[in-house]
Amino acid sequence: MSTLATSFGDSAVMLRRNAKHTLRNPVALFNAVLFPLVMMLMFVYVFGGAFKVQGKYVDYAVPGLLVMAIGYGLGPTAAAVNGDMTKGIINRFKAMDVSHGAVLAGHVVSTTVRALIADAAIIGLGFAMGFRPHASALDWFGAIGLMLLLSFALSWLTVAMGLAARTVESAGMATVPLIMLPFLSSAFVPADTMGAGVRQFAEYQPFTPVIETLRGLLTGHPDTGHLVVALAWCVGFAVVGYLWAVSTFRKRA
Amino acid sequence: MRNSAIAVQGLRKAYGDKVVLDGIDFEVASGSVFSLLGPNGAGKTTTVNIATTLMRADAGTVHVAGHDVATATRQVRRLIGVTGQFAAVDELLSGRENLQLMADLKRIRPAGRVVSGLLERFDLVESADKLASTYSGGMRRKLDLAMTLVGGPQVIFLDEPTTGLDPRSRRAMWDIVRELVADGTTIFLTTQYLEEADQLAEQVAVLDHGRIVAQGTPAELKRQVPGTHVRLRFTAAHELDAAAAILAGATRDDQELTLRVPSDGGSRSLRAVLDRLDEHGVNAEEFSVHTPDLDDVFLALTGRTDTTHTNALEANAR
Repeated sequence: MSTLATSFGDSAVMLRRNAKHTLRNPVALFNAVLFPLVMMLMFVYVFGGAFKVQGKYVDYAVPGLLVMAIGYGLGPTAAAVNGDMTKGIINRFKAMDVSHGAVLAGHVVSTTVRALIADAAIIGLGFAMGFRPHASALDWFGAIGLMLLLSFALSWLTVAMGLAARTVESAGMATVPLIMLPFLSSAFVPADTMGAGVRQFAEYQPFTPVIETLRGLLTGHPDTGHLVVALAWCVGFAVVGYLWAVSTFRKRA
Repeated sequence: MRNSAIAVQGLRKAYGDKVVLDGIDFEVASGSVFSLLGPNGAGKTTTVNIATTLMRADAGTVHVAGHDVATATRQVRRLIGVTGQFAAVDELLSGRENLQLMADLKRIRPAGRVVSGLLERFDLVESADKLASTYSGGMRRKLDLAMTLVGGPQVIFLDEPTTGLDPRSRRAMWDIVRELVADGTTIFLTTQYLEEADQLAEQVAVLDHGRIVAQGTPAELKRQVPGTHVRLRFTAAHELDAAAAILAGATRDDQELTLRVPSDGGSRSLRAVLDRLDEHGVNAEEFSVHTPDLDDVFLALTGRTDTTHTNALEANAR
C-alpha cells in the first residue's frame, strides 16, 4: 500500500474513533452547541437593545456569534488530545506503523465538523430571531469557506496546545483566550465605540477581520481588505498550529 | 546477533544534565523472557521508549529482530507490541471496539475472529460491549495487553505490567506471559518486583541509576551475593558455645541461641557441617538453609542495603 493510501486509511480509522467519542459524549456536543445559542439569546434580547449599531442588532451579532461558537468548541478537543497524550494512547499509536498525521487529523476533522454544526445552529436560530442576510450564493459560499478555514486553523492550534499541556485541566485552560478574544473584538459592539487601548486591541486582533469579513459577506458587501487580513491570520494559525503540533507529537513520549 | 530478538549496545540518554541511561548493553534471545529490574527512576521506561521507537537515544544502538530502531523504524513498528506503564485503552470505546480499532490500524480484515478470540482468551467476553471506562484496573490491563497482541507481534515490550494490580490479577498476567513465550514470542519486561522477574524471566538485568549493575539468570544473580548460610538453633547456651568453637567463621546470636554458618548451600558442605557437629556430639534443635532471594541480590547490588545500614547506625547513635 502506498504511503498516501495508508495515511488516508489511518485517518479514516481515527476519524471514526473521534466521531464515536463525540456521539458517546452527547453532553459535550450539546454544551458546545447550546452555550453559543444561549449567548445569542442574551446578546440579542437582553443587551442588544442598549447597543447602537447600524440596522437590526441580530444582523450585527450573528457573524460574531459564528466565530465565538467556533472558539467555544475547542476546549473539549484540547482536553481530549491531552487525554490521549497523558493516558499513553498516543504512545500506543506511535509505536505502531500508523501514520502520525492521521492521529492528529482525526481530532482536527472532528473538531471542525463539530464547529460547523454549532454554526449551523446559530444560523438556524438566527433566522428564527429575524436574522435577514443579504448574501448572494457566492457570498454564502465565501462565508462558509471562511468559517471552515477558521475552524480548521484553530483546530490545529488547539491540537498543538492539547499535546503540549501537562494536564487535562491546563489543556482546557489554554483555549480560554480563543473563547475570550471575540468579546474584545467587533463581535458584539463596533470597535469605535470602545475606550482607547481596548479599541486598538480590538481593531488589530485576529478575530476582528474575520468577523468583519463574515459580516460583509452576509450583508452582501464583502470587503476585500478585511478578507485578505482574515485569510492571512487563518493561514498563519493553521501553519503555526500544524508545525507546533507535529513537532510536539514527535518529541513527547 | 542473528538469534537475538533485542540487542542493545552502549545505550545512552540524558535529559539536560540528568543522565538517565549511562551506557547499557544487553541481548535478549528469541523466544525468551528478559526482565529489566530496577527501582523507580532507574531508567527502565526510557529503555523501553527507545527500543520501541518512541524516543531517540543520544548514543548507542538498539536492534529489534535485526532491525535498527533508529533507521528501520517502520519495520520495527510492524514487529513489536508495546504495553506501557499505564493502561492505554480508549475509555470511550468498548473493549470490543478497542480491539477492533487495533485490527483496523493493522489492516486485519475481517477482524471478527481475532477480536472475539482475544476477548475469550482474556476473559473479557461478558464486558466486551461495555465502555472501557467502566472496567476495573485488572480488566483494563488485560484489555491493554489484548490490544497489544492484535496482529501477533514477534517481540512484546511490557513496561511494569503488574504495577498496581491485586495479587490475583498479577498471577493471571504471569500466566498470560508464560503462554505467550510458549508460543514463541519474545518478551521484554520491566518490573520493580523481584518475585516477578524470578518467576518469569530466564535472564534478568538489574538497572540502577542508568547502569546495569548485574546480569544473568535469577539463580546466577543469587549466587553473586554472598550470604547463603546455614542456620542452627540450639536449646542451651553451652551447646551454642560448643558449636561455635568447632565451626569456623560462624556468627552467633546469644539471645536467639542461633549460629549462622556461611555455606554455599550445596549438599557436600552441608554434610560437612553436620558431620562436624556429630563428631563432637553437639545436637542442633533446628537446621535450615537460607538462600538469598532476588530481594537480597537487589539490595546488595544497588547499595540500597548500605542506606538501610547507615540509617540503622544513625538510629543506634541517637
